Amino acid sequence: MLDDFFTRALIAGIGVALVAGPLGCLIIWRRLSYYGDTLSHSALLGVALALVFQINIMLAVFCVCALVSLMVLLLQRRTLLPSDAILGLLSHSTLALGLVCLSLMSWIRVDLMALLFGDILAVSRFDLMLIFTGGVGVLGVLMVIWRPLFAATVNSELAHAEGLDPRRHTVVFMLLMATVIAISMKIVGVLLITALLIIPATAARRFSTGPEQMAILAGVAGVTAVIAGLFGSLAWDTPAGPSIVVAAAAIFLATQVLAACLGRAR
Amino acid sequence: MDQTVTPNNLVTLDRVGLQQDGRWLVRGVDLNIGRGEIVTLIGPNGSGKSTTARLALGILKPNEGEATRAKNLRVGYVPQRFDIDWSLPLSVDRLMQLTGKLEATAINTALERAGVAHLLKSEIRHLSGGEFQRVLLARAIARKPDLLVLDEPVQGVDFAGEVALYELISEIRDTLDCGILLISHDLHVVMAATDRVICLNGHVCCQGTPQAVAESPEYLNLFGGSAAATLAVYEHSHDHTHLPDGTVQHADGSVTEHCHPDDGHHHEQETTDAG
Repeated sequence: MLDDFFTRALIAGIGVALVAGPLGCLIIWRRLSYYGDTLSHSALLGVALALVFQINIMLAVFCVCALVSLMVLLLQRRTLLPSDAILGLLSHSTLALGLVCLSLMSWIRVDLMALLFGDILAVSRFDLMLIFTGGVGVLGVLMVIWRPLFAATVNSELAHAEGLDPRRHTVVFMLLMATVIAISMKIVGVLLITALLIIPATAARRFSTGPEQMAILAGVAGVTAVIAGLFGSLAWDTPAGPSIVVAAAAIFLATQVLAACLGRAR
Repeated sequence: MDQTVTPNNLVTLDRVGLQQDGRWLVRGVDLNIGRGEIVTLIGPNGSGKSTTARLALGILKPNEGEATRAKNLRVGYVPQRFDIDWSLPLSVDRLMQLTGKLEATAINTALERAGVAHLLKSEIRHLSGGEFQRVLLARAIARKPDLLVLDEPVQGVDFAGEVALYELISEIRDTLDCGILLISHDLHVVMAATDRVICLNGHVCCQGTPQAVAESPEYLNLFGGSAAATLAVYEHSHDHTHLPDGTVQHADGSVTEHCHPDDGHHHEQETTDAG
């Protein structure tokens, strides 16, 4: 079954969507959408470094994303710059640095389009294994620290006062983000990763009464988007990554219309 | 003030100061809260009330002096600002268990005491300011804390509700035997059950019983003029009850037509004339 590239793509996409759902909820609750962009832009630098040092791309992307996360935290504590300025600074410097590095390596032919928009149909068995070990790891850690992480998200000072450790949980959260960026880059590409995190979560919002429910619904919405997007791309011969994001956007739109209709009927 | 550290001390601030961007937010603050004690912080805007509370809680680390908390201190905190983003679906029930799991009975009892048991399943963003404030108080007491820190707990609550909440706070002190640090949003109003009032203005300006502070020259100096002439104190003494038929039952069981002039008031303000 895994011999078929389309089946592999489907499984990989579903795996990523299941992890991206809950994490995406945390990102929009924390108003960190731009942080997702920053990490994904810096992923390009990770790719460049992986090519230079001949190491696994996912691993290199994870390391660069983790490093950028820590720099964000450090700059937030040490400078008076507002958070969005720090994110902008790191986002574009790392993106530019990545592009410069890639251009310097003239002997390596890099498929820039595949990096920017993903190449889900080229997912190998090894990639699948990485996605699933990474994904299960991220979900496991997320479940263990869910309550304190959520408390820190709602009100960090309160969490601290009542004996939790919001700083530590925030660092763990950022590392989880780095992992998800690394494993999902191949699926939707650097430019569209944030979409996979945020759009399913926003679609789930209208139908959720609790944070846990929203996290699960976001996962479901993401999986639906992956399936619909991949079959759509097969049917109309469109690029797979962008098709998934378009499907997610369509789901978001549909939920808004549905919620409005239900609201009127009540 | 007695600053010796006894096992009963929940939190002690020893001449703590906090500097930010070259400015001292507070400096030389001594504070000591024991079990069963209510300490009220008052002071003008920017006098460091919330900063002092954060130092006591350990959210902020002092640049000088020392802050010590009892080991395994269980804290209930009602912060001054608590914004819930629209994107966050959160029911009262879930908010009650924000920092730790609680038994359903503990949740219900706490909500009942705060007078908002009917809101258990409501979504937070549908609550009014006053209701939300009550829910936050209920959340803090449901944890059965050793130390309760309330930063302007009655903001947005109407007058009658304010009196009821102040009563509840002193009741909590008795049932939980916890220490309470209360920050008053209205510096002219201090609840009568307060054991000690600390008047802050970047430093401890004066402290003592509500009456003593109201009469102290430092307090009058700080707030000056007619505004400072009165320090209103909520008195609540159950020495008589108004019965439905209009008669009054006294603590000794006797029933009369009206209250005596020297009866304790309930749900009314008694002002201590300090001018």
